[in-house]
Amino acid sequence: MNHEKKRKLESLMALAFSTLAAVFGLFWLVFILSDVLIHGIGALTPSLFLNDPSPAGVPGGGLRNAFVGQLLITFIATMIGIPIGILGGTFLAEYARGTKIARVISILADIMVSVPSIVIGTFIYAIMVRPWGHFSGWAGAVALAVIMIPVVMRTTEDMLSLVPWTMREAAFALGAPYYKVIVQVVYRGAAAGIFTGILLSIARVAGETAPLLFTSFNNAYYSANMKGPVSSLTVTIFQYAMGPYDDWHAQAWAASFMITLFVLVLTILGRIFIKWRYQ
Amino acid sequence: MPIIQKRDPADFIFSVVTAIASLTVIVLIIGIFTVLVRESSLSIRTFGVIKFLTSTDWNPVTNSFGAATTIYGTFVTTFLALLIAIPVAIGIAIFVTEIAPNFLKSPIGIAIELLAAIPSIIYGMWGLFTLAPLMAKYVEPALQKSIGKLPLLGILFQGTPMGIDLFTASVILSIMIIPFTASISRDSFNLTPSVVKESAYAIGATQWEVVKNVVLPYSKLGVFGGIALSLGRALGETMAVAFVLGNNHQITTSLYDAAATITVSLANEFTEADTDLYLSSLFYLALVLFVMSFIILAIAKFFLLKAEKRYSR
Amino acid sequence: MTDVVELQARDLSFYYAGNVHALKQINFSALQNSVTALIGPSGCGKTTLLRCFNRMHDLYPHNRYEGEIIVGGNNILSGDVDLIRLRSNIGMVFQKPTPFPMTIFDNIAYGLKLRGIKKRAELSERVEKALKNAAIWNEVKDKLNVSAYELSGGQQQRLVIARALAVEPEVLLFDEPTSALDPISTAKIEELIIQLKKDVTILIVTHNMQQAARISDWTGFMMLGELIEFDKTDKIFTAPSEKLTEDYITGRFG
Repeated sequence: MNHEKKRKLESLMALAFSTLAAVFGLFWLVFILSDVLIHGIGALTPSLFLNDPSPAGVPGGGLRNAFVGQLLITFIATMIGIPIGILGGTFLAEYARGTKIARVISILADIMVSVPSIVIGTFIYAIMVRPWGHFSGWAGAVALAVIMIPVVMRTTEDMLSLVPWTMREAAFALGAPYYKVIVQVVYRGAAAGIFTGILLSIARVAGETAPLLFTSFNNAYYSANMKGPVSSLTVTIFQYAMGPYDDWHAQAWAASFMITLFVLVLTILGRIFIKWRYQ
Repeated sequence: MPIIQKRDPADFIFSVVTAIASLTVIVLIIGIFTVLVRESSLSIRTFGVIKFLTSTDWNPVTNSFGAATTIYGTFVTTFLALLIAIPVAIGIAIFVTEIAPNFLKSPIGIAIELLAAIPSIIYGMWGLFTLAPLMAKYVEPALQKSIGKLPLLGILFQGTPMGIDLFTASVILSIMIIPFTASISRDSFNLTPSVVKESAYAIGATQWEVVKNVVLPYSKLGVFGGIALSLGRALGETMAVAFVLGNNHQITTSLYDAAATITVSLANEFTEADTDLYLSSLFYLALVLFVMSFIILAIAKFFLLKAEKRYSR
Repeated sequence: MTDVVELQARDLSFYYAGNVHALKQINFSALQNSVTALIGPSGCGKTTLLRCFNRMHDLYPHNRYEGEIIVGGNNILSGDVDLIRLRSNIGMVFQKPTPFPMTIFDNIAYGLKLRGIKKRAELSERVEKALKNAAIWNEVKDKLNVSAYELSGGQQQRLVIARALAVEPEVLLFDEPTSALDPISTAKIEELIIQLKKDVTILIVTHNMQQAARISDWTGFMMLGELIEFDKTDKIFTAPSEKLTEDYITGRFG
């Protein structure tokens, strides 16, 4: 009798702890997000988007160059990374389905997804920045693309594998060659999932800082020239936050807010899209 | 599985193109490893392997470098972060799978994913401007007054609490890892067949006993994989930690001291390195980090694959 | 088989979440140390009825009982019933074998350890007794510390029965225990059930009519949530009173 009571008490306490843990986790989410919101919104002014940075210590100035640079670098990275990722995933799920090489590549891609992004930055520095003698937006974009490729490859592979084999057979039975089956039938069947994978990979690299630190570096002036250093929001946040000026800090918060907004919107969109499509 | 129809040239071309695309992964991994080795060769020749890994020197002036301090910082922050994160994450997973009513499960799942999606630089900003001051003002002094007085544990809490130290960095890192571990644990828990759980209830087990004796052992491969994966991620974290660690190359016994991790050193010093040996040593650090993470991530993948195999019976 | 009533359903109705009316006014009594079988086409509610007896339905939200279930003289549907104690007294064996991720010994000892029995000697003794009662002792006595997953399907099912027996329940509920097993294992378990009834009262759901005819003393035929007929097994299978029962037995519908 007493033993039973003890067991029930133990159960209650363990479950209470779990509930506390969940509250704890949620608490941080709310805390961090509201902090970013509060500090960020306060510094959102039109000049943030329309002006370039003013000289150090001179208040005012904005982050136009950083916004443009971030968009440019992310865009180019997407243009490089997405096609390679999708094509690679196609190979793993279609032509090489079930083979050992596909297994190996798939596992390696999974590992690549979690490799420290700063290491990728040093890699690109060694093969692109040093030989050319200067930082460049291209190097930054390639670094981000390198991060994107395994992510997109794996989600594409998974989404394509979800399309039932019978669908392919039906297309073959009509006399279509395999590549047409893939492009016209399978891609269509997996489109929603692949699209979400793309959204999530963009969300992932849009917030990256480390790989840009020694590739695209940073630029205090407006520059859309990818052959030279290009400003990015993330690196600017790093620089400004560690700097001594208050208005730099405020701008860093505003930039943080914009990035968080962008990343969260993409993530939520992606999830909603998947839920809606696979209902 | 249809063989590539070699009669159709377009099919052949497409298959080759996709094959090349997928090979980029292998090329990248080998490429990264080779390039890092090449770039660190100067430092490897100068310091060797064992000496570099165990030397606590990090002196750009005398050109003497060693990885021990940064490896120490990396391990301490990662270990502490996991210590805090794992019980919380498993608690969250238990909450979501066992306690939460159905209508809550989805929103909480989304909340976890949102936490995981927040870029690490945001954690860094928040850590620097909000958490560190809070730590310096309230938490760290409080801990120093309580645990700091204890004989053995006390040495961990010595020194002036400034907020920019191993402790704050570890806390931020743990918050970053929690959603990751929680998500994978939850997925593993959900794989336990409800018949097995019902059997345990049918014997008269309490809810906690079912979790402890049936669900946890059943999902332990998946949970281990998740923990190893989080470990791998934590090792490579840069921005969340860079703001609040201080990049002080030292091995210290107090959590209230600044320190350095490999990632933070790279972030702060890479563009400042003025001699070939300095830069080469930084590359050497990157190589060490790459190898460490690769191994741990491979172990994680191994566990997760085993868990998958076990459940698709 | 004695004359004492061990289990009784009185005007029992059951609703799944969303007010889905699954059981309609069920009335029957099962005698102590007898085997009672529940048969009927898929979806007739026999498993639902079985799971009322150890209140498995309580694990999932918004399920609702009406009426009474009397076990050993007490109404187990009343509000103050201790579910954990109830389930210690009423064991259940499921359709698929469900060994826990532990060794064979630990599986059997699990229910005992829950009750606070810690002494190794006592545990060993009761584990051995349970395994013998489940007719599997000779096959596993040399590998008690091996994972339960190493056993075959039929052996796992007998292991699960031993696990339920270890805590010495008064009632055992079987939910289609042999539908996932081969004929030889099925025969072994049927034999076992007949043996067990001298110590326990057994309620078994089966979609295999011949099995019900082979091993049960009483049989209940259900359809669409109602208990159409309940009588001694011989009578049900040779001269049923209800036409529906006869149609089912003779295979006019499945």
